Amino acid sequence: MDLLIQQTLSGLATGAIYACIALAVVMIYQAIDHFNFAQGEMAMFSTFIAWQLMDWGFPFWIAFVGCVVISFIGGMAIEKVVFGPIRDAPVLSHVIIFIALFSIFNSTAGFIWEFTIKEFPSPFPATTPFETDLISMHEIGIILVTLVMLAMIWLFFRFTPIGLAMRAAAANPDSARLVGVSVNWMLALGWGLAAAIGAVAGMLIAPIVFLEPNMMLGILLYGFAGAVVGGLTSPAGAVVGGFLVGVVENLAGTFLIGSELKLTFALILIVGVLLVRPSGIFGRTVVSRV
Amino acid sequence: MALLEVKGLEAFYGQIKALHGLDFSLDEGGITTILGANGAGKTTTLRSICGMVKTNGTISLAGESISGRSTESIAKGGVAHVPEGRGTFVRVTTEENLRLGAFTRRDSKAIAQDMERVYAYFPRLKERRSQQAGTLSGGEQQMLAVGRALMLRPRLMLLDEPSFGLAPLIVQELFGILRTINREEKVSMLLVEQNANLALDLADHAYLLETGRVVMSGVASDIAANEAVRQSYLGY
Repeated sequence: MDLLIQQTLSGLATGAIYACIALAVVMIYQAIDHFNFAQGEMAMFSTFIAWQLMDWGFPFWIAFVGCVVISFIGGMAIEKVVFGPIRDAPVLSHVIIFIALFSIFNSTAGFIWEFTIKEFPSPFPATTPFETDLISMHEIGIILVTLVMLAMIWLFFRFTPIGLAMRAAAANPDSARLVGVSVNWMLALGWGLAAAIGAVAGMLIAPIVFLEPNMMLGILLYGFAGAVVGGLTSPAGAVVGGFLVGVVENLAGTFLIGSELKLTFALILIVGVLLVRPSGIFGRTVVSRV
Repeated sequence: MALLEVKGLEAFYGQIKALHGLDFSLDEGGITTILGANGAGKTTTLRSICGMVKTNGTISLAGESISGRSTESIAKGGVAHVPEGRGTFVRVTTEENLRLGAFTRRDSKAIAQDMERVYAYFPRLKERRSQQAGTLSGGEQQMLAVGRALMLRPRLMLLDEPSFGLAPLIVQELFGILRTINREEKVSMLLVEQNANLALDLADHAYLLETGRVVMSGVASDIAANEAVRQSYLGY
C-alpha cells in the first residue's frame, strides 16, 4: 500500500512537469495549429541558462526568475525572427523549422556546455518537515510551483484584457484584427509564455534527471502524450492529461511493465487515445465547413 | 469634408484584380450604401478599407491616408468593421465579445457605460451576457457584431450584409437600431447589401457596383426611383 501511494505521489510530481510541457505545446498548437517539436529542447536550453547564471554566482531564485524572463524574450524572438516570415507557408515548412530548432538547441547546448551530465540544485530542503518516506520535499515543491504557475496562467487568460485578446487572436485572427488586436504580437506573446512555462518545467525536473542536452527527450514525449490524452484543443485538458500520464506511467512502470518499457508506454497511450477518441478526453471535435 | 474618401481603388487577390479603380466618398454622419450582385466587389471594397486585401489607390479617413496601414491600426483609428459572417468569437461569452470590441480603449468607466448602452439597444444580448457566443442565434450574433463594433466608439462603421440569413422581423428591428445609432451616436456608416430595398431605405447615398466598377451613384431616393435599378435590383 505504501508503495502504491508513494508511486502515485511521485507520479503526480513528474506529471506536473508533463503538464507544463503539455500546456506549452497546446498553447502554441492553438495559436498556429502545429506541434512544436522543439518545446523540450527550448526548455533544456533555458535550464542551462539558469545553470550558467548560478555558476556565475547568482542565488537559485534570482537565476530562476532571470531564466524565466530570458526564456520569455527568447520565445518571442523565435516567433518574430523565424516563424513570422513563414506564417503562411505550408505545414511541412513549419515541421522542418521545428526539427531544425530541435537540433540547433540540442547541439548548441552541447557545444557551449558539453554533453557531460551536470548536477542541478533543488531549491527545496532535502528533508521534509514531517516524517515521511512517501514523498520528497523536491516533489512537493514541483507540484506546488506547478500549481501556482498554472493558476497564474489561468487567471491571466481568464481575467486580463491581453489574455482575452490572446484567446481571441488564436481562435479568430481576422475578427481579432478588426477590433484592433495585433495578432502578430499575440502570437509572439504566446511563444514567450510557452517558452517561460517550459523553462520552469526544465528547472524543476533537472534536479531529478540531471542536466544534459538530451534530458528533455523522454519528457517531451510524455508531454505530447499528456497533450493528446487531454485534448489538443483544451489547455486545461492538457494539464489534466499531463498529471494523468505521470501517475499512470509511474504505476504501470512499477507494477506492470518495468521501467524499461515506460517510454513505450507513452507512445502506446498516444496511439491508443488517437484510435479511440481522437480529440482527447477534454478536447472538442473541430468541424470546419469546406 | 468627406469622412471617407476613396480614389482609384484597385484590389487584388493574388494575380486577380477584383476592383478596377473605384472612386467614392462618404460624408461625416451619413449612411452610404454600396449595392451590387454577387461578386461585384462589395465585400472586397470593405476589406480594402480595413487593409485586409492588397490594394492600389488612396483611401483617406478624415483627410488622413490609411492605405497600407495594418488592419489593427485602422481599427484604432475609429473604423469598426461588422464583417461578413458576423465574425463572432464563438468560444468566449457575449460579454467578452463586447469587451474585445473595446480592446483599443483604456477608459474602463466609459467602457462599462458603453456596454450598458449596447445592452439597452439589444436587450437580448444582456439576457445572454454570460452565454458562449457561439450558441447565440444568427440574429443575436448579428446584434452582437454591431454591439462589438459600437464598443470601439467608431467614427465609421462598415457593415457587410447585416441582413444576411435573418428573419424579416429581425432585419427590421436591426435596421431600425442602425438608424438610431447613426442619429444618436453620430456614427457614419458604409453599408453593403444585397437587399437593395432595405439599404436604399436606410441610406442617404448609394453606389451601384458591377464587376469591380461603379456604374451609378447618387442620392439614395433617386437611385431607388431609377427604372433600370428597379428592374435589376429591386425586382419590380
